[in-house]
Amino acid sequence: MLPLEGYRVVNFGWQWSAPHLGALMADCGAEVIKVESNSRMDIFRRLSLLDPLAGNPFHVWNHGVLGITANLKEPRAVELIKRLVAESDVVVENYPPRVMAELGLDYEHMREARPDIVMLSMPAAGQYGPLRDVMTYGPSLGALTGLHSMLGYLDGEPAFEYCFTDPVASVTGVFLILAALRHRNRTGEGQFIDMAQAEATTCLLGEAVMEYGMNGRVMGFQENRSRWMAPHNNYPCRGEDEWVSIAVKTEGEWQDFCEATGNAPWARDERFIDCFSRLRHQEELDGLVSEWTLGHTKYEVAALLQGAGVAAAPVIGEEEQYWDPHHRARETYQQVDYPGGAIGVPVCNTPWCLSHTPLSIQRSAPMLGQHNDYVYGELLGLSADERARLAEENVLF
Amino acid sequence: MTEQALQGLKVVELGQFISAPYCAKMMADLGAEVVKVEQPGSGDEARSYGPFPDDVPHPERSGLFLYLNSSKLGITLDVEKATGRRLFLELLREADVLVENNPPRHMKALGLDYPQVREINPRLVMTSISPYGQTGPYRDYKAYDLNIQAGGGLCNTVGNPDRRPLNFPIMQGYYQAALSGAAATMVALFAREATGLGQHVDISATQVCAAMHRAYTMPMAISKGTKQMRLGHHGQPGFWPYTVLPCKDGYMSMMTLEDYHWKTFAEAIGNPEWALAHDLPMERYEHKDEMDAYLIEWLMEHTKQEVFDLCFQRRIPFIPEYNIEDVIQSPQFEARQYFVEIEHPEAGVLTYPGAPAKLSKTPWRIGRPAPLLGEHNYVVYCKRLGYAGEDLVDLARAGVI
Repeated sequence: MLPLEGYRVVNFGWQWSAPHLGALMADCGAEVIKVESNSRMDIFRRLSLLDPLAGNPFHVWNHGVLGITANLKEPRAVELIKRLVAESDVVVENYPPRVMAELGLDYEHMREARPDIVMLSMPAAGQYGPLRDVMTYGPSLGALTGLHSMLGYLDGEPAFEYCFTDPVASVTGVFLILAALRHRNRTGEGQFIDMAQAEATTCLLGEAVMEYGMNGRVMGFQENRSRWMAPHNNYPCRGEDEWVSIAVKTEGEWQDFCEATGNAPWARDERFIDCFSRLRHQEELDGLVSEWTLGHTKYEVAALLQGAGVAAAPVIGEEEQYWDPHHRARETYQQVDYPGGAIGVPVCNTPWCLSHTPLSIQRSAPMLGQHNDYVYGELLGLSADERARLAEENVLF
Repeated sequence: MTEQALQGLKVVELGQFISAPYCAKMMADLGAEVVKVEQPGSGDEARSYGPFPDDVPHPERSGLFLYLNSSKLGITLDVEKATGRRLFLELLREADVLVENNPPRHMKALGLDYPQVREINPRLVMTSISPYGQTGPYRDYKAYDLNIQAGGGLCNTVGNPDRRPLNFPIMQGYYQAALSGAAATMVALFAREATGLGQHVDISATQVCAAMHRAYTMPMAISKGTKQMRLGHHGQPGFWPYTVLPCKDGYMSMMTLEDYHWKTFAEAIGNPEWALAHDLPMERYEHKDEMDAYLIEWLMEHTKQEVFDLCFQRRIPFIPEYNIEDVIQSPQFEARQYFVEIEHPEAGVLTYPGAPAKLSKTPWRIGRPAPLLGEHNYVVYCKRLGYAGEDLVDLARAGVI
């Protein structure tokens, strides 16, 4: 038994945030139906899904869901989709606000089809306001939130990041949808959730908001600094571009750190005598710590320090994560086959480990229109002839 | 008052600092009743973190604590004492959810791990957030946010390839775990609707970072060996502009995948020779350092707002890298009344981040300011659990509350 069995979600989402939200709900047992069209397919389909070596992220963000085609420029397709919505619990979309309204598929229309529908819209800036129609890319949406203004080096060099806001929105969206469904189940009342991805992300920056309000200070690039820990950084290790993260908080940890690193004479220096002093001499401290870490691999440093009770972890990327014994033990990844094509694509399981109703990937990402027969035939009762005719007339397209 | 989405849901939080408190706050702001349990005397360590008004430390005025604990009731309780543990279990008997972020072996040592808690209340959903989770070889390793981000794969793609990798600022790894904790708790509550039983929800912050933020590059990394690397302030090799650059009063995100956006921008700034010197995005990328230099020269003569005004009306997706002051003063956030003012008896009136979303029928709302240490002891122990006023005195004297 899966927790969301019996719930149906119609997902118009494309790219990352909304599809990923759908995949998470599918892992929880919901029947998630992704609506696409040949005339406007998810742009990540452009990479081949059949070629295992293409390594398409489409597999990741769309695993577990069913796929149908509907050419929403055709009124007959819109009517069919409304019939589907009438049989569903949730609608999700991440288009710019004008799109669903132009298609006649905004909340007002959805509610006509299904009065207690829960609909979540998740564009960059929300359904109203002067920046409503602002255009962003995944890596630039964070600019609107305040996050990027703290992501960079202390000397002013900025940094690029890959779409941090997308999964923030996906996970926040699941939480909000389930809260709204709880309310619907208790009262019979559905609702519309207007989630600006930018706002959902600014919710994670409370410290900076409070600092501004309390002291008028605008927090700038943080590099890897902490308010109350030193050492606190990623330190270079033996090898090319190898790093280890080390964070020391308490005086006890500092003592353990000094001992584990061989009680170097500098460790007893006045400049590093307590956290206050270490925070004020971080650059020198980081230089000295780096001299030590450079003599070891990142795994050696992490093992040595963890053995001494000091927080340290190697800075790792995908491949190292994939083979990491801890991720293996927790089954972070699962291999998924794509019909007629890619075999054994490594896809992440939803990382919510539930003791009695464990979640897992139920199926691979859908081929375009793979589940048209099930949805239009079985669910909506269209005969094979009707479906064929609608396909021919580019309605189911 | 309008009913809220999580009205009637009873949550107990045995949490510290960020992950469990933010997880419980998400539920509290949607109407759940959250009782936050703090150590007598010191309380949640976020109380000593800050920031503080006028930089004067005070346990009731820490900005991080105030933000993360709004809408909750607060009690003190030492669960390490036998009587404290017993009171805690009494609380759990009536609760729907327990959220905690203690080290796994600590909960076991306290006799408060899931098997023992389930005996008290089989309908309880217990959500445990920890750096590595309740199982696996690293489960007892120590990790702070920086280490979580490193192991979760957030660091190795951010920063200049010739400099150290960066982590996401102000402890985003903890927040990722909190978001997943809140969503997964809801999932477990839905399972309870069907089975009548609660369960243990095990959230590893490191695993969450890996699975949510780095999942999409995994197929390519494993099948093709394509690693995602740090690209400094550029993204998307083969495209220019796709970068972050400084301007007169901050930074601009200058990103597009469409050539016509650049051509439109060039025209808007008077088609200078350098802007048209390389026709294709790929050619411009090959000369990115030279192009950066020219563009920076122009940007440094203009403010974020000037550049944005010029771009927004032409539908060019170049946007300012808002700092927190810009966000607070942004007409967009203002129009949506995102920020909220909360009055707290010790910290006064301050501006807090608001709702993650507008729910049309069951609005998000801060029900009360963050609790003073032990503020709701009387309400919870006497009104809910039926203890007498004198009992509180004895419990306090014994160091239990």
